[in-house]
Amino acid sequence: MLKIDNLHAEVGGTQILNGLDLEVNAGEVHAIMGPNGAGKSTLAYVLGGRPGYEVTDGSVSFMGKDLLDMDPHERAALGLFLGFQYPVEIPGVSNVQFLREALNAQRKSRGEEPLSAGDFLKLAREKAALLQMDMEMLKRNVNVGFSGGEKKRAEMVQMGILGPKMAVLDETDSGLDIDALRIVGDGINSMQRAPDKAVLLITHYQRLLDVVKPDFVHVLAKGRIVKTGGADLAVTLESEGYEAVAA
Amino acid sequence: MEPALAPTRRDEDWRYSDVNALVDLDHGTFENWRDIDVAAGESFCECIVIEGDSGTDLRRLRVKIGEGARCELFAVNAGGRLGRVEVVVRLAQGAHFEFGGVTLGGGNTTREFVTRVAHDEPGATSNQTVRSVHWDSGTGNFLGRIDVVRDAQKTNAGQDFKALLLNKGASANAVPQLEIFADDVKCNHGATVGQLDEAARFYMAARGIPPELSQKLLIRAFLADAFVTLENEAERDRLLETALAALGDRA
Repeated sequence: MLKIDNLHAEVGGTQILNGLDLEVNAGEVHAIMGPNGAGKSTLAYVLGGRPGYEVTDGSVSFMGKDLLDMDPHERAALGLFLGFQYPVEIPGVSNVQFLREALNAQRKSRGEEPLSAGDFLKLAREKAALLQMDMEMLKRNVNVGFSGGEKKRAEMVQMGILGPKMAVLDETDSGLDIDALRIVGDGINSMQRAPDKAVLLITHYQRLLDVVKPDFVHVLAKGRIVKTGGADLAVTLESEGYEAVAA
Repeated sequence: MEPALAPTRRDEDWRYSDVNALVDLDHGTFENWRDIDVAAGESFCECIVIEGDSGTDLRRLRVKIGEGARCELFAVNAGGRLGRVEVVVRLAQGAHFEFGGVTLGGGNTTREFVTRVAHDEPGATSNQTVRSVHWDSGTGNFLGRIDVVRDAQKTNAGQDFKALLLNKGASANAVPQLEIFADDVKCNHGATVGQLDEAARFYMAARGIPPELSQKLLIRAFLADAFVTLENEAERDRLLETALAALGDRA
């Protein structure tokens, strides 16, 4: 589904990714762990196509297409979902309006009919319930006045509504208390654990991986993957630290 | 013959204006002020729209708001080489003045609001919200003066200005001027000038919203602030649609 080959990228003239290779197949959950500054968020932004994140070498194919050749909104329409570490507030635009515009823009670019207001609300209600989020919150403006935990849950509601092939979740677990972590983790499992879907979890900690069991764990250091293992690697990392494991 | 009153940019009230555009104006109409008297306890609401590309469109209003009365003015200023709405307001005890306006324009146009709100008696309130979107070499101005006399205790007056410039070369000027001689009052003003929020645009793109659509959604939300307090929903929609129409493909 996703194949990253020898990816090099820089931000503001500073080289961050140095030859990163990664392959994620349908039905798999991968976790990327690593110390601060290893390039985890940069990887997420490069995949999402954020302006200012410049790829200097390598290639990324997604669903058989050249991902790096596409604009951010085209990547989303192809089935890539980027969960933000810091979801952005958009005053004056409600979650319902935002998500309906997003879903219908994606459907349009795929040649599908737009979803009616009624059908959309039904879908939104169902996904909000999965994340134990009140519909009233979805009527409010995007992320405005939401707590850190609410923003992360809202991200997962967005993911559920948009129904991506692949979710790249950048520190979705940060800022969550234990109960919210469980709700978000269960949400990821129920919405994104499927034979035709995949997840790339970017995280610092093992906590989320106790709920969303990864098939593969990768350690990212200095802009490349230095070690790959199974779920047990996360446990080793937690007890021994990055430096010992990645050395 | 030169008109008796030909303002220059040295005049505080015309500081950022396009005074050269006044040559297009029929000078006989320059001092045509329209008077609006809102009697004690009454309510008055009016929407002003300036459209059309050329010439000078000058609207000068003198508003007296009686005791406990309420006057609401909303305006879309999107016309003329110079489009200018000037409002002078006098508030009696417990009266309220509400102003919500948007200026829009590209080319070499100047669109501006000039307000002078006098809190002459105690307990009156006023609230002004202006949003500006400009492009090309367009200019948007908001000159807002608030006078609070010594006796006008418990005055509550606010001014809020935000401008969005869609490209380099467009400009916006805010001149808040507060003269307060009473000590028990609340007065606030804020002014920001900026570009479209790129973080928001990437966030929207990451959810599948193309750039043209995210620009529209953000501008629409931005402009809507000016008409939040307009209760008549049909009028609110009409003003917003008029403003968006002035933006053409940009929104």
